[in-house]
Amino acid sequence: MLEIRTPKTRRAKRAIEKRAPKLVENGKKTLILLGTKTSNVLNAILTEIYHLKKNDSVKYSRRNDNIRPFESGGEASLEFFSLKTDCSLFVFGSHSKKRPNNLVMGRTYDHHIYDLVEVGVENFKSMDSFSYDKKLAPQIGSKPFFAFIGEGFESVEELKHLKEVLLDLFRGQVVSNLSLVGLDRVYVCTAVSSNKIFFTHCALRLKRSGTVVPRMELVEVGPSMDLLVRRHRLPDESLRKETMKIAPELTKKKEKNVSGDALQGKIGRIYIPNQQVGEKVLPNKAKGVKRERREAKLKGEAKKQKQDS
Amino acid sequence: MAEQQYQIDLGNLMAFDPHHHFPSLPSSREELVKEVLEKSTKLVQAVADALFNLPATEDPNGPIVTLPPPTTRLPREKPLPKKKPPTKWELFAKKKGIVNRKKGKLAYDEQTDSWKRRHGYDRVNDDNDIPIIEAKMTDEPGEDPFAKRRVEKKHRVEKQEKNRLQNLKQAAKVGALPSHIQLAATALPITGTQAAPRKASKNELENVAGMAATSTASGGKFDKKLLGEKPPKHEGKYRKFLPVVEGSGMGSLEKQQNDKILSKLFSKHSHEILDVEKAVNMYNVKREKKRRNQGGRSSSTTTPGKLKPNKKPYKKTSSKMGSSSNKGKSKSK
Repeated sequence: MLEIRTPKTRRAKRAIEKRAPKLVENGKKTLILLGTKTSNVLNAILTEIYHLKKNDSVKYSRRNDNIRPFESGGEASLEFFSLKTDCSLFVFGSHSKKRPNNLVMGRTYDHHIYDLVEVGVENFKSMDSFSYDKKLAPQIGSKPFFAFIGEGFESVEELKHLKEVLLDLFRGQVVSNLSLVGLDRVYVCTAVSSNKIFFTHCALRLKRSGTVVPRMELVEVGPSMDLLVRRHRLPDESLRKETMKIAPELTKKKEKNVSGDALQGKIGRIYIPNQQVGEKVLPNKAKGVKRERREAKLKGEAKKQKQDS
Repeated sequence: MAEQQYQIDLGNLMAFDPHHHFPSLPSSREELVKEVLEKSTKLVQAVADALFNLPATEDPNGPIVTLPPPTTRLPREKPLPKKKPPTKWELFAKKKGIVNRKKGKLAYDEQTDSWKRRHGYDRVNDDNDIPIIEAKMTDEPGEDPFAKRRVEKKHRVEKQEKNRLQNLKQAAKVGALPSHIQLAATALPITGTQAAPRKASKNELENVAGMAATSTASGGKFDKKLLGEKPPKHEGKYRKFLPVVEGSGMGSLEKQQNDKILSKLFSKHSHEILDVEKAVNMYNVKREKKRRNQGGRSSSTTTPGKLKPNKKPYKKTSSKMGSSSNKGKSKSK
């Protein structure tokens, strides 16, 4: 019989279980890596993306000459890194004459490439070039707001795809409880033309407005850049369907015949079949009849005795 | 009124204005940024309006709201976990209506009259702690009851291990192995009798690759080398020629080698150097042929010696040689 190899320590087991598929998933991690050649701009962008997502991203600093996400055979190494670091989002930067300042953003499903968007970066302004009150600087890991502006995000397929990827990349963990004090950042994406968006990162300043809802004020803190959509690859339709599945355990089954009411609380409805009262023949109550007879008999005897006497 | 035209996803704190487009693109970048920030402030305000109006619970650090689930569907990162199939015991227990019940950590030990842990070191009713086993009528003489107990226990453990493996195999078929085993499951035997296919070793693979690479007409000389491919280990034959000049040491090696081969041959085939039967047969056949020839064309065979060597010179010489040497010997023997 062959042995089954299992982790020998509790710690190793925990580490493996952390990576196992789960019903409710933890936030996606991001892998940031470089191609054979990068530019100064690209290095700065990748570092700043890493800083924006510091607690759930991994940054590789070595150059990779065998990663070409859009070509067949060029994704093997990328998928391996995704498996190794347990990351399902990646940002890959490369710089060439044909595609200067190139960023490939993509997602993986089960450690295989799911979809890809390639953008070129223009007009990059780094975090350092913005001057603002440092008290406003967003905290690491805070839940961001998103503002998408422009009809391009709905009508143009590339931008629609890019919107989804950007949202997935920066949204962080899905939470159910949110502290309203910790809201301090906004990602703003504007569709400038059919293949170009303006992306910027702003801090939030909450100002008193006299009502419950504070007045929002945006302060640009960077990085800010223009993203020029180059190539993109949408997921396979069947794969897409599979990834969008919701676990049947998580969906609430509709409770039948129960309704809620603020005043009356929980109200149930019960089905009672038609009783057909009119047609029902009443049962012959044998005992009752007997009693009557008995009493009649007794009466009769008493009369007889009287007559006898 | 303005909020209605925004799409708001409160779960992701996202607002999207699908109707906005720039009537005329701002000329300078500053203007563009200014306009964008104004617009996005409106959008964020719209999200905040919805967010701050959610029922909040007070916390020392500030109000906490319960967010609705996000409406923008994004893909999962890993497939849904599969349900583990029930083990054989679980199936049986369900059929019989056996329900698990919790057992306490401590149990009463009758041997030592004390409470002990149920499992692990110094546990209750430990087999190793039994000092005396009472003899029974059915006991076979000469058998160690302690050893018997130990063997039985071992068998039980083995059986359980087998069952566990069986259940794991069943789970592996569905693809629902526990996550901590999943990664090492390639070593799991598919069937009880068949061993899992052995992985080819690196050396074997290299040898096969080398053979394939040199199997062209040029012996792989002009082929493109693959990445990481090593040159074949034996490019050509290695023939050693020892010095023929006689002498001591290296000089005598050649003689020794040939002597060795010869002696081997002689010793091996010594009994069949002369096959008597074969020799007799050959001789008989030859004589018969000769006689027939002479009888058949006695008149015309005036010059047999002249014609024959022209026809089959090699055969004749060999037969002559054979006959001259073998015939005489066989006759004498």
